[in-house]
Amino acid sequence: MDKKQLKKSGGEPLVRIAKREGVPFWKAWGVRVIAVILALIVCAIFIYLVTKLNPIQVYKVMLEGSFKSKYKVLCTLRDTALLLGIGVALAPAFKMRFWNIGAEGQVLMGGLATAAVMVYCNELPAWLLFVVMLAAALCAGAIWGLIPAIFKSKWDTNETLITLMMNYVAINIVLCVTNLWRGEKSSMGTINMHTKAGWFPEIFGYRFILNIIIIFVLAIAMFIYLKRSKHGFEISVVGESANTAKYAGINVKKVIIRTMLISGAICGICGFITVAGRDQTISTATAGGYGFTAIIVAWLAKFNSFYMALISFLLIFLENGAAQIASAYSSLNDYAASIITGIILFFILGSEFFVNYRFVFRTKAAKEVKG
Amino acid sequence: MKKLLAMLLCLAMVLSLAACSGNTENDTKKDGNGANNLKVGVILVGDETEGYTLAHINGIKAAASNLGIADNQIVWNYIVAEDSSCYDKAVEMVENYNCNLVISNSYGHQAFMAQAAERYPDTAFVAMTGDFAAICGSENMHNAFTRVYESRYVSGVVAGMKLAELVEAGALTNANYDADGNIKIGYVGAFNYAEVVSGYTAFYLGIKSIVENVAMEVTYTSSWFNIDAEAAAAEQLISDGCVIIGQHADSSGAPSACQQAWQNGTVAYSVGYNVDMLDVAPDAALTSATNDWSKYYTYAFKTVMEGGKLDTDWAKGYSDGAVAVTALGKSCAAGTAEKVAEVEAALKNGTLKVFDTSKFTAGTDQPYCTVTVDADGHVTSCKVDLSYYDYTNGPQLVYQGDTIEAIKDGAFAESEFRSAPYFSIRIDGITELN
Repeated sequence: MDKKQLKKSGGEPLVRIAKREGVPFWKAWGVRVIAVILALIVCAIFIYLVTKLNPIQVYKVMLEGSFKSKYKVLCTLRDTALLLGIGVALAPAFKMRFWNIGAEGQVLMGGLATAAVMVYCNELPAWLLFVVMLAAALCAGAIWGLIPAIFKSKWDTNETLITLMMNYVAINIVLCVTNLWRGEKSSMGTINMHTKAGWFPEIFGYRFILNIIIIFVLAIAMFIYLKRSKHGFEISVVGESANTAKYAGINVKKVIIRTMLISGAICGICGFITVAGRDQTISTATAGGYGFTAIIVAWLAKFNSFYMALISFLLIFLENGAAQIASAYSSLNDYAASIITGIILFFILGSEFFVNYRFVFRTKAAKEVKG
Repeated sequence: MKKLLAMLLCLAMVLSLAACSGNTENDTKKDGNGANNLKVGVILVGDETEGYTLAHINGIKAAASNLGIADNQIVWNYIVAEDSSCYDKAVEMVENYNCNLVISNSYGHQAFMAQAAERYPDTAFVAMTGDFAAICGSENMHNAFTRVYESRYVSGVVAGMKLAELVEAGALTNANYDADGNIKIGYVGAFNYAEVVSGYTAFYLGIKSIVENVAMEVTYTSSWFNIDAEAAAAEQLISDGCVIIGQHADSSGAPSACQQAWQNGTVAYSVGYNVDMLDVAPDAALTSATNDWSKYYTYAFKTVMEGGKLDTDWAKGYSDGAVAVTALGKSCAAGTAEKVAEVEAALKNGTLKVFDTSKFTAGTDQPYCTVTVDADGHVTSCKVDLSYYDYTNGPQLVYQGDTIEAIKDGAFAESEFRSAPYFSIRIDGITELN
């Protein structure tokens, strides 16, 4: 009877998708490496068909995008650090299943606060100026993270929408302020150009080396915070189930607010180091879309700082490579270069599916038994 | 175990970075081949889809073909923002490509070019349209600009001819006149600073040289390139009754808006900037004021090739063919071409001065310069401070420049004391709307 019913309804599907449990480490990475190789092959076909260029040559140029000189390598590390820093900021929020889409705005507000201190307190002694800049950036980022958290915990509003909209508020505040600050010129240039007050000191000849160091420390601290601290545990319980957390006596509202304060504050730090260490000015491009890209970073890495570093590096590498290709070949413009990085990213993201799931084919043996 | 491997991977990544950074300089030397040792790094704020940058690209390409410079002697960087990415590019041009001339085309690049110039004193840096090369203390920092106000004046003459024709034909309605009986014209500007003020004042004076009773309204978009904002500003001006829409912003937003209005039966004509706007506004576009940047680039490439030193400030106009107006549209009034030729000739031989003080009046209450006027309101003296200021927290001096007397021989001597425009007198007849 059972068998007949099964037959009527079509039986077992030809293919079904099953969750993989306990994938060995080497296997997971094997899948990822295969994905990259496949991506490179598909891109090679695309490059050849569209432009008739030698794909190997194009890949070489792509590598140059990040490694052509010491300065490029340092810039790659700097940009990786920024992306990682924002990823680190987002990790606790996402782990709590709080959809903080507002990193872009939180970074901008942190950067704007930094810039404002540089503009209005540039008479302070250097060490105090840095302390005030950092404090202002922390507060600004934290406030921008706190607002949606309060709305969420008090009225259960949708944090995705509110954090997203807060970005646009931040962007327009920055536009408004920079428009005031530029004065009689069409752009404001660098802040404190004459005194260099509030500019990070040069380490090995570059100001942004300090950025890399700061993010390195932050990433490790976040790793420990999430894995080893009581707070980290509470975050993961709230993320799994708010009801379980309540049952376990965790104050969910408090955890949400505390975590978003931390998330926003770290974004604020990212804004601080970007303004003081890299740009020495503020614009709507200060966060450069990294606030959104970092969402991919945090999720792909499952909030593990070390994986986040790897993925940040990969994304920056692809971005640099695309830019390098676009400037090296007139036949491969920005759009074509973006297609190439898009294909690579697609394969890498797709590989996660194969790491976590497997296809189960209907076997002949099973068929015979049923028949 | 997993963690350990992840850490190992991180380590491997960092090490590979360090390893790759070792062999950098050897492949750069190969790039500098060819008949001469010129290697140019070009940093552009846009790409060929944006008129202002397109004009620069065309200028550089023309100069390169004039001088027989090979393609691989020019390194192009498109869409470089006016922030530290400009500095990154400038460093890359010197370190990776051994460029001995680095050019940026937007004003906002200047501060970052100056940082690079300080770092690499043996490389020539040119911040086009910049204003502090002479006073920043770096010998290798240069500015260049055309006297585009001359071609804006000529484009104003073209618009004036059209206005005269419209008046003659009785095509204007009451809405096109203000309370004082002046014909309304509009202008879409990017920012409220000297470069734009100089441009629209020249344009206005060009129109006024043909039709005496005109009044101009200016709207700023606070952006060099924002097609929607420029179109919206133009639409606003047209609905306010403006007959001619001039522009100092880089998109085709305003000409498109004029074309749209023209098709709906409204009297509205466009005078563009940089590029011929006849593609987007075949009926409404009269002409565009434009620069021929190849004149400067030919000079700069040649000078560097010959091992010479570039002018700190370079500003040339009609007399050197560095500015022009684009082809006249089919809507232009009869006799426009002849009039344009006449005015251009007068500008070339110096008999006509754009900012002739007898041609305009102004008040003494000026925001950015000290002006004295005679009983009729004609400017007799205008003191301009050429220092470079940081305006973030009130004007703070960054580089000290001279304060010069800009009125010379009965005219405002624009672009003589510095290549970047410094005419910022708000004259009578022009109203800034925002």
